[in-house]
Order: sequence, then structure tokens, then C-alpha cells
Amino acid sequence: MKIKDHNELFRQKEYQDQFERKKEFEDCPSAEKVQEVLEWTKGEEYKEKNFKRQHIKINPAKACQPLGAIFCAAGFEETLPFVQGAQGCVAYFRSHLNRHFKEPFAAVSSSMTEDAAVFGGLNNMLEGLENAYTLYKPKMMSICTTCIAEVIGDDLNAYVKQAKEKGILPKDMPAPFAHTPSFVGSHIVGYDNMMKGILSTLTAGKKAEPNGKVNVLMGFDTYMGDFREVKRMLGAMDIPFTLLSDVSDVFDSPNTGEYKMYLGKTKLADAADSVNAVGTVALQKYSTLKTMDYIRKEWAHQKTAIKTPIGVKNTDVFLEELSALTGKPVPKELEEERGRAVDAMVDSHPYVHGKRFALVGDPDQLLGMIGLIMEMGGEPVHIVCTNGSRDFEEEANELLASSPFGANGKVYINKDMWHLRSLLFTDPVDLLIGNSYAKFLWRDTGTPLVRFGFPLFDRHNLHRQPVIGYQGVINIVTSIVNTVLDELDRKTMHTASFDVIR
Amino acid sequence: MRQIAIYGKGGIGKSTTTQNTVAALAEAGYKCMIVGCDPKADATRLILNRKAQNTVMDMAREKGTVEDLEIDEVLLHGFKGVKCAESGGPEPGVGCAGRGVITAINFLEENGAYNEDTDFVFYDVLGDVVCGGFAMPIREGKAKEIYIVTSGEMMAMYAANNISRGVLKYAQSGGVRLGGLICNSRKTDKEYELISELAKRLNTQMIHFVPRDNQVQRAELRRKTVIEYSPEHAQADEYRALAKKMAENKNLVIPTPMAMDELEQLLMDFGIMESEAVA
Repeated sequence: MKIKDHNELFRQKEYQDQFERKKEFEDCPSAEKVQEVLEWTKGEEYKEKNFKRQHIKINPAKACQPLGAIFCAAGFEETLPFVQGAQGCVAYFRSHLNRHFKEPFAAVSSSMTEDAAVFGGLNNMLEGLENAYTLYKPKMMSICTTCIAEVIGDDLNAYVKQAKEKGILPKDMPAPFAHTPSFVGSHIVGYDNMMKGILSTLTAGKKAEPNGKVNVLMGFDTYMGDFREVKRMLGAMDIPFTLLSDVSDVFDSPNTGEYKMYLGKTKLADAADSVNAVGTVALQKYSTLKTMDYIRKEWAHQKTAIKTPIGVKNTDVFLEELSALTGKPVPKELEEERGRAVDAMVDSHPYVHGKRFALVGDPDQLLGMIGLIMEMGGEPVHIVCTNGSRDFEEEANELLASSPFGANGKVYINKDMWHLRSLLFTDPVDLLIGNSYAKFLWRDTGTPLVRFGFPLFDRHNLHRQPVIGYQGVINIVTSIVNTVLDELDRKTMHTASFDVIR
Repeated sequence: MRQIAIYGKGGIGKSTTTQNTVAALAEAGYKCMIVGCDPKADATRLILNRKAQNTVMDMAREKGTVEDLEIDEVLLHGFKGVKCAESGGPEPGVGCAGRGVITAINFLEENGAYNEDTDFVFYDVLGDVVCGGFAMPIREGKAKEIYIVTSGEMMAMYAANNISRGVLKYAQSGGVRLGGLICNSRKTDKEYELISELAKRLNTQMIHFVPRDNQVQRAELRRKTVIEYSPEHAQADEYRALAKKMAENKNLVIPTPMAMDELEQLLMDFGIMESEAVA
């Protein structure tokens, strides 16, 4: 028997007939009426209503705080992310990460149930910690919360102390924690909270002589290629460094046929010594706000810098900052790479110059992308950031104002992809940049989609390439220009302009 | 900066006592802040001389999200520059007031309400420590001292004992300590002796006995503390005395709450409650 796959099966006559028959019971408006309303949703009138919408979000471009928290924790040596809360929440974080990276991901839930919600989550957490420690023997247990634990006000500080007093966790085992309620913030805030918790726990009492290293705070970056790229750039500059936190092997491990649970590459000893670095450079601002604030206050002896090295100018500034921090010059190798990136931009810019873009994603990645698009002479028009703050809005507006190509750009914070759908209909653009959920906008509006950000469920291997540094410039320019060219071929297919050379 | 949480049975006079004490501290030159942790939001009206202020949760409800709030909209200044904030919360019967307290305190913290130059922060907390939310003021890094307002009435004493159990939980894992009982007199029999004994059993002290005086009500009708309304009145001196004792208090302990039987025995010993055999 030949088994038909999902894509073919439902096109068969028996299914099509069944769909038709079901309509009788579905009390569905007529096809004409559906079409009429669909057309109405493309207009100005609907857009106005849509932007007045208050009590519902449709396809928001953000995930939960604990997702960011466990992503952060996984990058540390033999660290088990432990989530105080409901099992279903943790299943969602794990599957989200599995689907993006096509890798397994281990995280533990304390599996809170109704009685825990009534009596407090202490017993759940103690039992959970005991089981998890006994089974998986981690060197560090990082603890965060889901909404249920936050609603009832579980006090992680007190619970962790009790776990140690009762001998459930060894007294000397680091067990940093972070409160990560998802009814505020997003995955980037959860990342930040956890990073602050981990660094403050590991570095307590560790202040000593300067170690001459630079800390590199990656932020919520899901491009494993970026981790390798940062290491390569710092290596080329001969700068000793500590990556905080290095998840590159967790989500992009070599297939050896053998499963390893702990692949976090940031050694606990190195993280503990990060307080003695000469400085800390953050590659993202909005996913490290509290951590950087903590570092500036508590590690006041360190120099700090924040730059997302997406685009040529941003990468230049990033390398200059590193150079200023360490006194090490930018080597020829990187200068040559810059030359190649600029060459790629020059080669492709005729197809990108003057093109109008819509973008949706996380704040730092958007800022980098806006910069790069304007460097190419593209025009960012609609910028939607569901998890953007007013500070981000201001920073994005300043960036747009810095170039004539930003003149038509408008920033929308706290808005979702359904808002963007309206914008794409009433004020169309040439290209859309966003995650896999943006493909519904592509389907509805026909705007070609360049996949960028998190999550990317429906295209493979994108997370293996860097999007930062000069190499990242080449990669982003490649995907943008080739998307433009694919679309051009499609549109000119049956005309004299269908050309082999582009 | 000393952070102090005031607990006690509903209606016992927490807000009145807190505001009068804070007014006395402010009068003595201390910089104070009051954070009301009660959906009723009546912990600051005597300091602000007005009905009720915009609470954090009210403003959040209006704006749709707490992230859109500005600190100046919810942190007001009253008598002698005392800073006032109210958490507010849901309508009775819906939602989760405890979470409202957590949200409000987090908001105040993140937006710099806790200045280095503040001497005292007072949390005026609704009723018992009924859920994790109402324990927020005594969680990590916040209030380290607790005072329980009580009276010689049986239910107020029950509540004081219950609250001690909550404090005990947090005292074991965190650094929170009980500073004493404040007796807000209801003129019940042997009230002074009874509360002194209750305090002893709880391993603490009766830090002050505030006598009942209608001047408090007269001042309240005019939305003022006694300190502000009639600074010369003897009752104002009582609050000044309480404020001074609290400012100087070093007697901070882990409470030893009683079993219910023991509490009932105490009431019987003082002849407040008849033993079942006699009844």
C-alpha cells in the first residue's frame, strides 16, 4: 500500500467530499460572505479598528520569560535548568527549542498541580530538586518560574535556602534563581533575569586580581553561528575572553551517535572569574538590561560596552570598542573580511536600493537589521516589535532619523503580526523580514519573506550561520538579495525579462 | 534604610497607627515612605489629606499594562514629604490581590522609588499573611522588621498568633524578625497585662500601648493624622513615643507562635474566656 503524506492526502476526493459535507453542520457563512469579509480586512477601515484593539494579541512576536531563562542557563557547564511550575509550560519551551534547532533539549519541571497552587509550591520544588539532583547530578541547578508559581507568590530565595538546609541540594552547589513571570516582559527579559541570577550567585566573594579577560555577554541570540563567529573574531584579535553563556554546542552539537545531556560550554570557574575581567561587552542591549545594570554597579571596576554587531557600521564599532577595551588592534584578517562584506553589498545593492521593508522581531535584532538595510539603501517602513519598550522605540526612531533611507520608517511597539498584516495591505512593501510565523503574512499578502530571528521552524540550518560580524553581513545580504531575485524570476517568468543573469 | 511591615487583623487600626507613627517619624526629621498593600487602598489618606490616591493597579488597569506607568503617577508626597504609594488591586470577588501586591512592589523597585536617602519604608499589609502575595513585603531584601497591631479582643490575638506563624516561616529562611506587638487599645478587660503576656509567649515585646482616644477619629474625619491635626494633644505624644521606640528598637526576634490550646488557656487564665467545664 502506498501511504500518502499529509500534503497529498487531504487533496484526495474522499476528503474533499467530506469537507464539503461537513459544511452543513458547521453553520458557516457562505463562501461569498467569507470572501467579502476577507476583502474588508484588507482596507483602511479595518486597519483603524485593528489598531484600536486592546484585549487580544494575534500572533505576537514573543515567547515566555522562562524560555529565555532556560536558554541562558543551558550554556553553563553541567547546568540543569529547573522550572518551578507547570509541566505543560516546560513542554512548550522544550518543543519550541527542539523545532527551531532540531536538537533535543533537557529541562526539568517541578510539575506543579492544583494542590501546590493552594498550599504553595515548596514541597513540589523540594521533591523536584531532590529527584532532579539524584538522577542527573548537575554541577549547577538554575531555577526559574512559570506563571502559576508567580501568581501564588512562591519565594524562590527562601525555597532554595530550605533545600540546602535540608540537605536536598549540596550546600556548596550553586543554585541561582530568577523570578520569570510571563505576564510581564518576554523571553529576552527572562534571559536577562536568569543571567543576572547566575552571575551574582557564581561571582559572590570571587573578587580578586584582574584576569586580563573580556566578558562577552551574548544575549538571547539563537544563531549558533554567531557564537562561533564571536570566538573567531576575538581569537583573531588575540583577546582572551569568557562567553556568557555559550550554548553553541547545546543547540548545534556534532552528531556522534551518542547523546550527551550537558553541553554548556561556559565553565563555572570562568563564569565565577568574570567579575575579575577588564571589561564586559554585551552583544544585545534589551536582553541584558538588568545584568548590565548589575555589572555597572557591582563590578564598577570594569569597563562596559554594548553593541549588536549586525551590519558593517555596527561591526566596526564593536571591534573598535574591543580594541579600546584591550588595546589590541583590529588585525588585517578582519579588515579584509570587511572589504569582502562591502564588496558583497556593492554587488547586490542595485537590487536592494530603494526597496521597502517591513520588519518584525526582537528589539536588538531589529536595530541591527534596520542599520544594515539602510546601509544597503533599503528603506525600513514598518517596524513591529511586540516586546519593545519605549526606550527601544526612541532608539529605533533615532536610528531611522540618522539616514535619509529611514524617512518613511515607523516603529510599532506592543503590536503584533495581525497589526502588521493590516499595514502590509494598506501600505505595501517589497520585502518582509521576520520569523516563521511571518509566513502567514507572506501567504495573505504575497510579500516575500526573509526568515530572520526566532523561532525558525520551517527552514533548515539557518541557525548554523552567523548573522553578526562581517561574515554575518555577507549572509544577510545573500538571503535578502536572493529573495528579491527569486521574486523577480517568479514575476518575470513569462516575459522577455526572464533573464539568466541577475 | 529600614524597611518595616505592619500586619494585623482587619479593622484593628493598622493604617491609622502606621500613618500616625510615620507622621511622628517625619516630624522628627526622618525621611519616610508608606507602601499600602491592600486593595482597599486606605493606607495613605491621612498623610495625603485626600480620599484615596491613584493606586498602581488602578493605573495599570487604565493603561492596559503596568509597563506603561510612570513612577510620578503613583508615588505621591504628603505630610512632611512622606512618600506614599498604594498597590491597589481588583474589585472584591475577582482576580488576585496578592499578585497585585507583588506587581506593585516590583514596579516601585524597578522604577527607583527606594532611594538611598529614605530612612524608613513602611508596608501596611492587609490582614493575615494569607498568601504568597501578602508575604511579598517580607521576602528577600525587603522588610526585615515586622510589627503586629493587635488589641485585647480575642480574634485580634488569634490573628497576631497566626501572623507570627507566617513570620516564623520567613524568619527561618530569610532574615525577617518580629519587632513587637503594638497594642491599639479597645479598652477590653486587663488589656495591658494580656497583650504583655501574649508578647512574652510569642518571644517578643509589647512595644507600645496606644490608648483609645476619640481625638484619632476627629483627626481622621478631617483626613489628617493626630500629629498634623492637633500636635499638642496627648494622643500625638503617644504616637511620638511609639515612633521613638520603633526607631530605637533592637529587640528583633524569631517568634514562637502558640498552639491554639495554649492561646485559649491564656485567655482563660486572664478570665476572658470561661473554660468549657464551667460553661
